[in-house]
Amino acid sequence: MSFRIASSPHNRISRSTAEIMLLVVVACIPGIIVQALLFGYGVLIQLVLAISTAWLAEALVMRLRAKPVLPRLKDHSAMLTGVLLAIAIPPYAPWWLIVVGTFFAIVMVKQLYGGLGNNLFNPAMAAYVMLLISFPLQMTQWLPSVSLQPESLSLLDAVCAVFTQYSCSGFSISQLQSGIDGVSMATPLDTLRTDLAAGLTLTESMQQPVFYGIAGAGWLWVNLAYLAGGLMLIKLRVIGWRIPAAVLGSLFMISLLSWLAAADSNPSPMFQLFSGATMLAAFFIATDPVSASTTNYGRLVYGALIGLMIFIIRKYGGYPDGVAFAILLANMTVPLIDYYTRPRTYGHKAKGAGK
Amino acid sequence: MPSLFQQIQAGKLWDFHGGVHPPTRKAQTAQKPIGMLPLPDRLYIPLRQHIGVAGHILVSSGQHVLKGQPLTSADNSMAVPVHAPTSGTILAIGEHTSAHPSALPEATITLVPDGLDEWRTRYPLNLATSDKLSLLERIQESGIAGMGGAGFPAHLKAGLTQPVDYLIINAVECEPYISADDALIQEGAITIVKGIDILCKLLNPKAVLIGIEDDKPIASAALKAACSQREHYYVRDLPTKYPSGGEKQLIQLLTNKEVPAGRRPIDIGIVMLNVGTAFAIAQAVLDDHPLLSRIVTVTGETLSQPQNVSALIGTPVSDLLTFCGYQQQTDNKIIMGGPMMGFTLPDLSVPITKTTNCILAPSLHELPQSGKETDCIRCSACADACPASLLPQQLLWYSKAKDPAKLDEYNLFDCIECGACAYVCPSEIPLVQYYRVAKAEIREQQREAVKAEQAKARFEARNARLEREKQERMARNKQLAQAREQAQQSGSSSNAVAAALARIKAKQAEQTVAPADREQLLAEREAKKQQAREYQAAKAADKQQADAVPEPPQADAAASSEATTGNEPSAVEPASAKSAAVAAAIARAKAKKAAQAEADKQEKMVEAEQTKQPEAIEQTTPQAATDPRKAAIAAAIARAKAKKQADSEKS
Repeated sequence: MSFRIASSPHNRISRSTAEIMLLVVVACIPGIIVQALLFGYGVLIQLVLAISTAWLAEALVMRLRAKPVLPRLKDHSAMLTGVLLAIAIPPYAPWWLIVVGTFFAIVMVKQLYGGLGNNLFNPAMAAYVMLLISFPLQMTQWLPSVSLQPESLSLLDAVCAVFTQYSCSGFSISQLQSGIDGVSMATPLDTLRTDLAAGLTLTESMQQPVFYGIAGAGWLWVNLAYLAGGLMLIKLRVIGWRIPAAVLGSLFMISLLSWLAAADSNPSPMFQLFSGATMLAAFFIATDPVSASTTNYGRLVYGALIGLMIFIIRKYGGYPDGVAFAILLANMTVPLIDYYTRPRTYGHKAKGAGK
Repeated sequence: MPSLFQQIQAGKLWDFHGGVHPPTRKAQTAQKPIGMLPLPDRLYIPLRQHIGVAGHILVSSGQHVLKGQPLTSADNSMAVPVHAPTSGTILAIGEHTSAHPSALPEATITLVPDGLDEWRTRYPLNLATSDKLSLLERIQESGIAGMGGAGFPAHLKAGLTQPVDYLIINAVECEPYISADDALIQEGAITIVKGIDILCKLLNPKAVLIGIEDDKPIASAALKAACSQREHYYVRDLPTKYPSGGEKQLIQLLTNKEVPAGRRPIDIGIVMLNVGTAFAIAQAVLDDHPLLSRIVTVTGETLSQPQNVSALIGTPVSDLLTFCGYQQQTDNKIIMGGPMMGFTLPDLSVPITKTTNCILAPSLHELPQSGKETDCIRCSACADACPASLLPQQLLWYSKAKDPAKLDEYNLFDCIECGACAYVCPSEIPLVQYYRVAKAEIREQQREAVKAEQAKARFEARNARLEREKQERMARNKQLAQAREQAQQSGSSSNAVAAALARIKAKQAEQTVAPADREQLLAEREAKKQQAREYQAAKAADKQQADAVPEPPQADAAASSEATTGNEPSAVEPASAKSAAVAAAIARAKAKKAAQAEADKQEKMVEAEQTKQPEAIEQTTPQAATDPRKAAIAAAIARAKAKKQADSEKS
């Protein structure tokens, strides 16, 4: 008789890394659906492109590193990176943009740092920033929400637009970007910043059709959908509550203060929370365990830092949204935050700041 | 704000950080009666089944022993004896597979039961009339060691003299599957309370807190009923959470106190014993029934009749499994202990010991083989689960990097190896295994550092000694050289004798140590030879100068007396220049001889010194042979220095 020798513990909780990653992807689905309905089907094309590029890039690097390919693909981490980048970029951005971005995310940001678990920066956000700096024109080609689009694009149109930058009926992206009145429309956040910089008051700026609703046309619903998905993740204990709460809390607090101080030049806290990529960042991107803080206090600090940074970059930065930069900057501080927020070990006295 | 004691009295409970909720799976054994195992064919009784040292063996191979007869004696406080669990014959005293994760063979007495189960004479004690010392002696002599798992000698805890606020009885049994304590409480709550009474007499605590998880309602009710007459005994139902039964965690749950790192519970006025230990103490004192058997949960899906059994200490695991209907499956494992902290057994001849609470024979489906370890994604689920508030993923990182300074900074040695972190890890990283290895490596390094330190001290002491001896030798040689020079300078015949005497004096003054017997004999023999030679010389002189008085015998007597006793030489007046020259020559010869003897002696002393200190042999071995050893010593010093530096940096 021979018996298997193993080290304790002999039982394990059933949830694996792959399941966690998959659940996060699943939780993105409500947001993706809303995004597809309100901003066109382009996002679906981007998703297909991103996921396939992510898989190919991951497989390539695992081959080069002489490691098994299939187990790595099965952990769904590459897919998640692709999904997050695809929903972050403009839906009708040219096809090569997402391909280059995803390849960069997987190869440069993730694998060159040592692969899953070893990357300092969030791959999707690092790739987003790279694209934004390298291809600012294509990265700001956000079409207004479907209700404001002069031409409604079919799925086939979306494919044509992504691959050729022209819809099947021959409209260019910049034509599509223009409203019915022929005025080009950017995202509400972008428009608002440009207007405020041009000396308009908030109220004047908000007269434009792109600001329809609380947070700009369509954006409220997208953010609500991501909020729902995020809450589901917390409920399923896939992510903790600390980082999202701290991101939203700090963004809310600082925008409330600024709004109270100067309501005419600062958007309302609700606008901040439900516009742009706030909810996506708070629940899906900032909570990426690899690049986030790992201690409980640290997560609060990390989240608050992101919220603050989002506000500052939105207000003073030169880009349409501050989420990606905010998260990358916070990623950099993680080792420091973790070091100074270590929990007090049982039986040890608390010593030093925050320790 | 009510005081802590008032809060505890009011039934307040606290919580500890982390913890996990693995499926408990206790129902399959907890409600069944305790099975009585038939007498096994062989009992393998390890000499040491506790933390401490083994007792002195009292029996010999072939000897017949009675049930309860001690097989070893506790000759010091860290020793706890083992007893014959039943009557029978000692078959052998040798080595047997140990009930330890390493499964290394250990000293074991093999007993063949005779089937009579015949008791030795028993001497029950009366609690009311017994003094503390006799109670403690009885607890030690009965072989009682902590039955919760660690096996700490019970008499050491019961004999603590520091003031005790709370005596905590651990009936938590948080590890999944195990229901041995549960079954014991259900059947023996009254005896347990009697055991607690004995402990109270010994420790005199302010209150007794009995912690039990709320998934054992019957046992809890039995304890409450048994304690109903005791005013300061409190039974506390704790929410089921692993590892509530850890000593530190239970203290925190019941009293909100933390045992400071590196200290013991008694330092905060707490003593904790397992409920099984309390039961064993009652049996030992009131019935003179030493620790001969214990309740073991035998469970798992490969058994047709999982149940708790009362097994004699030394019963092979195979007997328990057979009794419970074990069906061997391919590639399954047999675990001694629970699924969280137990260890797998290489074979089934391993005996039940005083600390064995469970034999788990799961099917592959029940506790599947762990999957392949993948990369840590820093999800911190481990940190959330850690009951010691450690950061397991940081510890993993530094364990892999073999960074003892950082491991210490992140308090690796506060890890209780409960397995909660590995249980929740989505990447299936065997975290606890990494920590065990890291701990073992650090302990090894510390041992080596101590050794290197000692080697360094020895080396430095030896160098100092060699240097000192060299200096002494040089000083002596210088003195001798000076004396020789003086002798050569004073060449004239008239004062030659005086010069010789001076040299002898100098020699004797320098020779601080009295000559050894052997050397004395040699010197005497030499003196006699000289005497003969001088006599002949004197005869020759006589022939040439007939008028000369026989002087030489006088000089010779004086010289011999000098050589043997070292007395001040009497003034010798030379009769003539010739005889004086002869005497001087003799004296020179003697001095030379004596110097030679001195040199010999010196060499012998050095040799003796070298045999005393083994490493000094290096000095006499050829240079080529010493080099690698010297290099090794130098390396050890370098290591020790590096360690020291690292330590100082750390602090």
